Amino acid sequence: MKPENVIICRCSDVTLKELFDLFEDGYETFEELKRIKRVGMGPCQANTCGKMVQWEISKYFNIPLEEALFHNIRPLTMGVKLKAIGVQADEE
Amino acid sequence: MKNKADVVIIGGGISGVSIAYNLAKMGVKDIVLIERDYLTSGATGRCGAGVRQQWGTKANCMLAKKSVEFFENAQEILEYDGDIEFKQEGYLIVGTTEEEAEQFRKNVALQQSLDIPARMLTKEEAKAIVPHLNTDVVHTATYCPTDGHLNPFTMTDAYYKAAKRHGVEVYTYTEVQDIIVKNDTVEAVVTNKGTIETPVVVNAAGGWAKEIGTMAGVDIPVFSRNHQILVTEPIEKIQGPMVISFSHNIYCQQTPHGAFIMGRGDKDATIGHDTHSTWQFLDRMAKTVTTLLPPVGDLRVIRQWGGLYNMSPDSQPIIGGTDAVKGFYMACGFSGHGFMLAPMTGLLLSELITGKTPSMPMDDLTLSRFDGKTIETKETSVV
Ligand SMILES: Cc1cc2nc3c(=O)[nH]c(=O)nc-3n(C[C@H](O)[C@H](O)[C@H](O)COP(=O)(O)OP(=O)(O)OC[C@H]3O[C@@H](n4cnc5c(N)ncnc54)[C@H](O)[C@@H]3O)c2cc1C
Repeated sequence: MKPENVIICRCSDVTLKELFDLFEDGYETFEELKRIKRVGMGPCQANTCGKMVQWEISKYFNIPLEEALFHNIRPLTMGVKLKAIGVQADEE
Repeated sequence: MKNKADVVIIGGGISGVSIAYNLAKMGVKDIVLIERDYLTSGATGRCGAGVRQQWGTKANCMLAKKSVEFFENAQEILEYDGDIEFKQEGYLIVGTTEEEAEQFRKNVALQQSLDIPARMLTKEEAKAIVPHLNTDVVHTATYCPTDGHLNPFTMTDAYYKAAKRHGVEVYTYTEVQDIIVKNDTVEAVVTNKGTIETPVVVNAAGGWAKEIGTMAGVDIPVFSRNHQILVTEPIEKIQGPMVISFSHNIYCQQTPHGAFIMGRGDKDATIGHDTHSTWQFLDRMAKTVTTLLPPVGDLRVIRQWGGLYNMSPDSQPIIGGTDAVKGFYMACGFSGHGFMLAPMTGLLLSELITGKTPSMPMDDLTLSRFDGKTIETKETSVV
């Protein structure tokens, strides 16, 4: 299949071709890819594409899979309504 | 890696890439940009993405206004294939007291004298622009319709690609460890991957600008402090402008993607390079936003992070060289507003390096303005 027809990140609609273009431009890591194309930043939070992105990085740059690092995950791990946090803070 | 260059720029944030692009466009050859991590890994990729011209000092107003003029055409000028997402739907600055309103009037008078289209608003007029604004906690407001939002990642990418097309070499994941100075003149930059001989080095290291200065023996009166910020789930568009308040300590905008981003300052945050997230920030931020913009409280926060403000004594940037060390230039001390000023940062510093007359007066931007002098002009319109 042609890279432009392969969707890697379904949430943000990013193709394999777009990933390759980023590699060509000099971007080498998951951290960089997600910042420019939102790869892994959608509702699934890289649960679907994460492994595939690591795999493509590893293949393209010819590095072991373990070195194609997953992106940094920051708090919160689950969405919480701001209002709920605000009310809780008031009670303390 | 090259072992010789005409200019070495330290820092791959928005300032570094803008300086690289501007220098290359002016015809400077052999430019190298060095970034310890990846592009935007510093404050640039952690910022609020806000662009405003409503400042309280002449220098900040002029820098911001001329930068907005560039952003309006940046997509074409830089021939960018992505989208810089420059959205001009204004900044609404809301105040809580008559005293603050007085300051607003002074600021707006200054801004208007510089042709910035800002104006005073009553709280009712403010509510007409942002219908979910809680006017019970607002006294007056100011508004500038040409302020707005800009994507830090794609804007940096746009400069980076244009700089590369002009021949700039960029080394990411490379750390500057020392600067060699002989006879008060820059000679070389030492990195963990090799040494590059160069007559000119540019310090665009953001939160680490002071440490880079120390390497060259230049004392830069800046310090860094953690500023936290959060993002919510994306929703349909409900808010055009950035809403900001110095007295409520908040800035909050909806990005073109639909998510809300908001942050606030913490004067008690320790000085240094810590960029941790805290639950205290989350608590205070949640309370502030639900008070000022109640419906935003219904959104789920999905992520929070921190980044460094590099503070100068008067909250205006330091852009230029120093008599102490020939060939050493700096662009730092942006005090929380260096993203929006980057076009002018790049232009002015490149003009200085190539010996051209700068496009605006530099008196309020030089390092020497702090030489044993008391500070007369200070920017106070900061969160
Ligand atoms: C939470 C937050 C919100 C903000 N909101 C806004 C806003 O809405 N609008 C606005 O205009 N500004 C905002 N700012 C400020 C803005 O982010 C900064 O002023 C601006 O990004 C500075 O850009 P820079 O390129 O100078 O520095 P940075 O982006 O910090 O880049 C400096 C780079 O230098 C690198 N570096 C450091 N030391 C070395 C070394 N020894 N060797 C190699 N590389 C090195 C770092 O890795 C870093 O990438 C905000 C800042 C924060 C933290």
